Amino acid sequence: MGNSKIKEWQENELAQSLARFPERKKKFVHHGGDEIPRLAVPADIDGKYVKALGFPGQYPYTRGVQPTMYRGRLWTMRQYAGFSSAAESNHRYRYLLEKGTTGLSVAFDLPTQIGYDSDHAMSIGEVGKVGVAIDSLADMEMLFDSIPLDQVSTSMTINSPAAVLLAMYVAVAEKQGVSPGKIKGTIQNDVLKEYVARGTYIFPPAPSLRIITDIFQWCAREAPSFNTISISGYHIREAGSTAMQEVAFTLANGITYVQAALDAGLELDTFAGRLAFFFNATSDLLEEVAKFRAARRMWAKIMKERFGAKNPASMMLRFHTQTAGHTLTAQQIDNNIVRVAIQALAAVLGGTQSLHTNSRDEALSLPTEDSVRTALRTQQIIAHESGVADTVDPLAGSYFVEELTDQIERQAFELIEKIDGAGGVVRCIENGFIQRQIESSAYEYQRGIESNERIIVGVNRFEENEKNRPPLLRVDLAVEAAQIGRLSQVKEKRDNETVAATLARVEEAARGSENLMPVLLEAVKAYATLGEICNVLRRVFGEYRE
Amino acid sequence: MSETALLIQALADRKPRAIARAITLVEDGADCADEILSALDPERIANATVVGVTGPPGAGKSTLTSTLIAEYRKQGIRLGIIAIDPSSPITGGALLGDRIRMMDHALDPDVIVRSMATRGRLGGLCAAAGAAVRIMAAAGCSHIIIETVGVGQSEMDIIRLADITSLVLAPGLGDDIQAMKAGLLEVADLLVVNKADCSGADTLVMDLEGMLRQGGRNDRVSTTVATSGKGVAELMSRIAELNDILRKSGEKTRRRQQAFELEVLDWAQELLRPRILTKIGNRGYAATGDPRRLARELVDAF
Amino acid sequence: MTDTRKKRILIAKPGLDGHDRGAKFIARALRDAGFEVVYTGIRRTPEEIAAAAVQEDVACVGLSSLSGAHLRLFPAVVEALAAAGAEDIPVLGGGVIPEEDWEYLKSSGIRDIFTAGTAIGVIISAFDSACDDHYQRRGQG
Repeated sequence: MGNSKIKEWQENELAQSLARFPERKKKFVHHGGDEIPRLAVPADIDGKYVKALGFPGQYPYTRGVQPTMYRGRLWTMRQYAGFSSAAESNHRYRYLLEKGTTGLSVAFDLPTQIGYDSDHAMSIGEVGKVGVAIDSLADMEMLFDSIPLDQVSTSMTINSPAAVLLAMYVAVAEKQGVSPGKIKGTIQNDVLKEYVARGTYIFPPAPSLRIITDIFQWCAREAPSFNTISISGYHIREAGSTAMQEVAFTLANGITYVQAALDAGLELDTFAGRLAFFFNATSDLLEEVAKFRAARRMWAKIMKERFGAKNPASMMLRFHTQTAGHTLTAQQIDNNIVRVAIQALAAVLGGTQSLHTNSRDEALSLPTEDSVRTALRTQQIIAHESGVADTVDPLAGSYFVEELTDQIERQAFELIEKIDGAGGVVRCIENGFIQRQIESSAYEYQRGIESNERIIVGVNRFEENEKNRPPLLRVDLAVEAAQIGRLSQVKEKRDNETVAATLARVEEAARGSENLMPVLLEAVKAYATLGEICNVLRRVFGEYRE
Repeated sequence: MSETALLIQALADRKPRAIARAITLVEDGADCADEILSALDPERIANATVVGVTGPPGAGKSTLTSTLIAEYRKQGIRLGIIAIDPSSPITGGALLGDRIRMMDHALDPDVIVRSMATRGRLGGLCAAAGAAVRIMAAAGCSHIIIETVGVGQSEMDIIRLADITSLVLAPGLGDDIQAMKAGLLEVADLLVVNKADCSGADTLVMDLEGMLRQGGRNDRVSTTVATSGKGVAELMSRIAELNDILRKSGEKTRRRQQAFELEVLDWAQELLRPRILTKIGNRGYAATGDPRRLARELVDAF
Repeated sequence: MTDTRKKRILIAKPGLDGHDRGAKFIARALRDAGFEVVYTGIRRTPEEIAAAAVQEDVACVGLSSLSGAHLRLFPAVVEALAAAGAEDIPVLGGGVIPEEDWEYLKSSGIRDIFTAGTAIGVIISAFDSACDDHYQRRGQG
């Protein structure tokens, strides 16, 4: 049976993949000349193997969503960046592109993430601190100055106001002569995790889901190469959850989004293929690898059995990974380089589609150029020197890893069932069930550190008395004033009558059921500010309260 | 003027810091507590309306309280809120998080919110809460809302502190609610089903009204959706109506009298406790003999 | 004094930063150490925090910030407390706070600062001593 199964795979999925693009090398060999197999499999492939593992690029995708994985294309090395002003961020992006990054990742400051303009009272002290401040299309134009949007893939970490930022991105592309159909990238657009792990929510869950499904619908038609959501477990893990909870809550959120889209009348296979995920990679390498594999298998089953997906693309869990911020220590920061290397390795062994590696100084402040470069080099060394990218899913068949994969899947499905039984994710957010689960795990983890049961090198063991403080990146306090100055200039130069008219259209659309994207596009093109647009939406949808 | 006299004056002047300090002093059993409490305006206290809000976790009490606050404020009513959470029996500490849902009102000078922990006192609910109510009333709060989690003993205690007690339930919190709350159902003045837009709400309302009828009561169950404010204005009217009825029939006075006596008992126990503990310590009882007899000897010796 | 006297503190997150894992942990740990902890959640303005601190008559306020906005927000809380007539309530701060900023923060009235990785025992002691000092100044001994 085994031989026929593998032959089937070779003649179908694998052949199709090789026809689309060849592997990176004609031959992959060890030093000495022995060929590295594309895929290691058991001597006799039985039904059990096929059901649980299968082949990469084939249901249930345990071994990867793509037949050749990194032999065909390496993962995207996507470093998250963005701080203070659009001009400085633009400079950093051009530096990274020069140094070999293959995708851009935009971090926005908190006021932008929460839909406040830089001159709002709540924005004081926060402008440009954790990311770039975007108040209007003018800032977006500066951010992507001289960066051809038909040639880069941009991931934007933006959630509640994602529709507005997406509209701005599309508008910038259009000005460059790039049609929406050509743009590539992702918006995080995952509001459900905000309520339980990250806190940058604006509107209550129901209207937020409406905005999200509007985005799905619009992009399916106009921007089919753009990923409309990055269903995130990263922040849930950062908030203190276990690996199993990270998978369970993320996939439960995914289920909620899919259901919301179906309820809004969309057809599953028209949007499901553009759903992407975002996971954490902590230092427990083996558990993380098992986690990624379990997640893939679970999502495939969920899409096929629960939602009846027909298109294989709908069943593939594609994900971006970021190494775990919460594991970075302020003490002996060079240790963090090692941690990140282990975590990045876990992500690669786990089959991630793109990866961000943290810089060593990120527990102290936003990273310096040097630290960022080392983080990027970490990925490049794994890709080109470690050999793990030359074969697919190398840890498959390990007794430990396979057992752990099964265990995580089993426990995660139980937790999802529990959430289903309690009325679904939104209900469990409203009554605090999910928050309590995460808090509990977080507390236990921290207590473990306090009691020295869990060793953190340099923190509760192998400590040093450190005198040398490395150079840190300081965000210039004048940034806020400059941004506010730019904002008032934009407001002066634009046609305020047109702005008012477009805002009225936004309100009308929000109160009704028409898709918000077209009216948002008009508004951003008229240089309505993010805050103005979000205020209209706040009026219509209300604000979420903890 | 002595510091205490200044504090009493500031209380009458409705200064938030003074209200807060006074409550702490009474909670901590400070020497000046008696002086402060004796100086409170009895008329303001008598005229205040005290509403108790209790119910199981997850029913949305805090959100409902916050919405009630907003509605009362529209009428220009000055409010005091006491949010009670349990103290850890092991560590003695407490996490007081009810305030989170009321922070919308943090900058409103006419809304005073105080979080209190049960501090493991007899009866569960701290006797100081009764004093806190009086302090707030004397400081000009015409309406005071006391919110507690309805688990264990504390909700029976809240009955006597409040003029009107409302029990807040919500659909989907488990069938054992009804069994558990049977005692509370009889004693609560108002039943509220919150999250009335969720499935199971109608059934819950019917079940509760059925139970009320069995107990000889014909009143209806109020329904609310605290997050949207639906039904809250109606709830407020019911509270006002009920308050009127209780006042006119003399029932309000009777309940306050009973509460007064129980509070005296509570404070007496509070004050006696350390003295009794000292005596027990002094006697160095071996674990022999009958505890009850030993206690009687001890008490008679007082 | 009876044995029921407790140390009351307030833990708050000023500004837009929504990462509350650290603040929640500290709140719980302080509860486990016997404090009464009023936790006011995320996204609070300095004025709201000060108003809550006054109403709850706390002996100490703890602030958490991971977004780099501490230079503006922590002193703002100290100012808001003073404006509310509560300049006597000490303020402690924690989170992602570079050492270069400590001097400025201390001169702005922040009593103690804790960065990531500080042992919880140290933090609890600091709250303890801040509360003790506060109660002593108030004459509650």
